[in-house]
Amino acid sequence: MDDQTKDQISNEIANQDVVLFMKGTPVFPQCGFSAAVVGVLSHLGVKFRGVNVLEDDAIREGIKEFTNWPTIPQLYVKGEFIGGCDIIREMYETGELIELLNTRGIDVNPQPVNG
Amino acid sequence: MAMEAQEIERLIKEALPGATVTITDLRGDGDHYACHVMAKEFRGKTRIQQHQIVYEALGGRMGGELHALALQTTPADED
Repeated sequence: MDDQTKDQISNEIANQDVVLFMKGTPVFPQCGFSAAVVGVLSHLGVKFRGVNVLEDDAIREGIKEFTNWPTIPQLYVKGEFIGGCDIIREMYETGELIELLNTRGIDVNPQPVNG
Repeated sequence: MAMEAQEIERLIKEALPGATVTITDLRGDGDHYACHVMAKEFRGKTRIQQHQIVYEALGGRMGGELHALALQTTPADED
């Protein structure tokens, strides 16, 4: 990973409270795992920035090295790596995710689940 | 691109002897697995660290030939 990519990633996670490195966009995820995390964040009514790694190969490969995590999506909260799809889903189900967001001072506004 | 369930189990058990590994082939296509690993090595580790241990055991295959492995880890109790 070159310095420019590293800086770019560092800036992304420093400049926003909740950042999701994902395939596709929050409105149009292009991978089921990314869509699942977008779904969780949307249900919780959490504002987040989606970084589409499909638009930038350097970020797509760089983020794996940066986090030491082989897959995408990757969720960062206040500069800290929280997990990928499996961990986020598990933390959501156990209530740990809401707890973590609350402790970090992130606004959570759970939305009613459709159906 | 696909990988046999037995091969996944072998790699994990090689790195984590004594671990309990349960693998489900979610679609029967040899490409989408759910994997539950229970190991004493996970004790005192965060979830992220537990997953990293398993990813390490899989030696770089995760995200490559192993596209879809849903992972769940549980620390094993004292023997």
